[in-house]
Amino acid sequence: MAVGSMSMDKEMNRRSFLKLVGWAGLGTLAAGEVTYASLRFIAPRSVAGEFGGVITAGAVDDFPPGSVTPFTEGRFFLARLEDSGFLALYRSCTHLGCAVPWDAEKGRFVCPCHGSEFEVDGAVLSAPAPRPLDLFRVKIADGQVLVDTGDKIRRDDPSASQIVYA
Amino acid sequence: MDNLVLHLHPAKVNARALKFTYTWGLGGLALLLLSVLVVTGVLLLFVYTPTPDRAYNDILALQTSVMFGQLIRNLHHWSGNALLIVAVLHLLRVFFTGAFGSPREFNWQLGLALLLLIVMANFTGYLLPWDQLAYWAVTVGTSLLSYIPLVGDQLVRFALGGPEVDAATLTRFYALHIAIVPLGLFGIASFHIWRVRKDGFSIPRDLDEQPSPQVNRVTTIPHLLSIEFIFALVMIAVLLAWSVALNAPLEDAANPSHSPNPAKAAWYFMGLQELLLHFHPVFGAIVIPLLGLGTLALLPYLDRDMSSEGIWFRSRKGRTMAVVGALFGLVATPLLVLLDEYALDLPGMMPSLPTVLSNGWIPLAGLLMGLWLYYEGVRAVFRSTACEARQSVFVVLLVGFVVLTVIGIWFRGEGMALVWPWGA
Repeated sequence: MAVGSMSMDKEMNRRSFLKLVGWAGLGTLAAGEVTYASLRFIAPRSVAGEFGGVITAGAVDDFPPGSVTPFTEGRFFLARLEDSGFLALYRSCTHLGCAVPWDAEKGRFVCPCHGSEFEVDGAVLSAPAPRPLDLFRVKIADGQVLVDTGDKIRRDDPSASQIVYA
Repeated sequence: MDNLVLHLHPAKVNARALKFTYTWGLGGLALLLLSVLVVTGVLLLFVYTPTPDRAYNDILALQTSVMFGQLIRNLHHWSGNALLIVAVLHLLRVFFTGAFGSPREFNWQLGLALLLLIVMANFTGYLLPWDQLAYWAVTVGTSLLSYIPLVGDQLVRFALGGPEVDAATLTRFYALHIAIVPLGLFGIASFHIWRVRKDGFSIPRDLDEQPSPQVNRVTTIPHLLSIEFIFALVMIAVLLAWSVALNAPLEDAANPSHSPNPAKAAWYFMGLQELLLHFHPVFGAIVIPLLGLGTLALLPYLDRDMSSEGIWFRSRKGRTMAVVGALFGLVATPLLVLLDEYALDLPGMMPSLPTVLSNGWIPLAGLLMGLWLYYEGVRAVFRSTACEARQSVFVVLLVGFVVLTVIGIWFRGEGMALVWPWGA
């Protein structure tokens, strides 16, 4: 009698069926191991503090309210809003990753690639960007502004709770 | 030598299959370009260091102080670009002569796999000069992956080897470009060529001509080989002349804190980039390209309702309908682009809906509906077979994609606004 429904002209007996299953199983296992090991080998290593860890931006009083200061190495803009709150905005456009420059004349961020525009707090003014600019966590200690570039905050809507006050 | 040739080709071929204006030598030309790419690529390996602080300077030195450096770089650059064009033309030739049906369905899939690998070879090679063009085209290109649901962000990280395009990305793309992709290309290309031999050449036919049972077989050497040899010599001459006259582009060194304006993708992605300006990214970058690829893969299984193998554009009616399709695509595509750019604001009209719906599903459904109406329309007007109507729709989409690419290359200026290429 046929085991399984393999072929019509050659009936398969139990021995050859078990042999096939055994070898196929071992082969799949070996291929799986090689694939897993290779993928783990080339997987990106996660580094704490990606763009340079915690960056000391400067003294609180160095940044007048209503100012936007670029930090090239840290890849962020430190914005001090009119109400003296701080936000560190990651410069990468949330649409397709272009570097978004601050346009001081227009008072907004304007992406050169596909024309997205963001307000000073990162909120989307003009599509195609799907969400506000990402944030880095800001801490104030001893009158100094510290920005943790290893801690990127992705947000769907801007809210007052994200703003840090001295 | 003869032995090698007779591994690639059968010993004898049907004399009619040798007609040059049937195949245009496109498959052979692709193989020739692949060989040129290997020779020039191996030479380039000797003078290039894949690190961000060395790569750009190596290319500069290659162009200014390495003997024949600029020529070798030009040959590699132009051959890579030409290979992409030739592969697409080869695909079109096979489609329009109906040569992809039984028994060649599987080889059609191998051909599509080769096309994807060629795109990947071009895209990974694009990063290596580490100039502004390279850096931002790859940033934008890989960011597209982030819109894949659930795994998108991890996938981008995996592709880049970190959060942004950096040294890890360059190493990865280098390994892909010089090892993984070429191995895949040569493996599948060998398979592809062997299948051509095994499936048999398709034989050209005139309109209304029945397949003839009479076969006049001639020996491959010298009848086929001499044509291939002369064609290869002519194409090498053209490639050399082109590479002497035109330098491969090189912009300023990559600057991660400054995106150029406009920041454009590589030219072969301009059609996709144009879709991105009109659709939600999930649709522009993922849904529509996958739909396109899936349809291409399905084509040989659909086209079974008429026997047209060997006849350009299926039939007399098929030719007329292809022209109608080309004209339709030529007129409709720019109109749709203008409409969406200046008049139609779908997300604005449906503010309560997420943009995935208002700028994704809804316009896509509209387009598909339009194509379906077009299909039923030409079918009824010309009283044609499904096969001829399908070809006409294919031509509409093909011309549409070419028009989008042309708009992306020449009609998009600062901030991706529509401009005249002559600057008026």
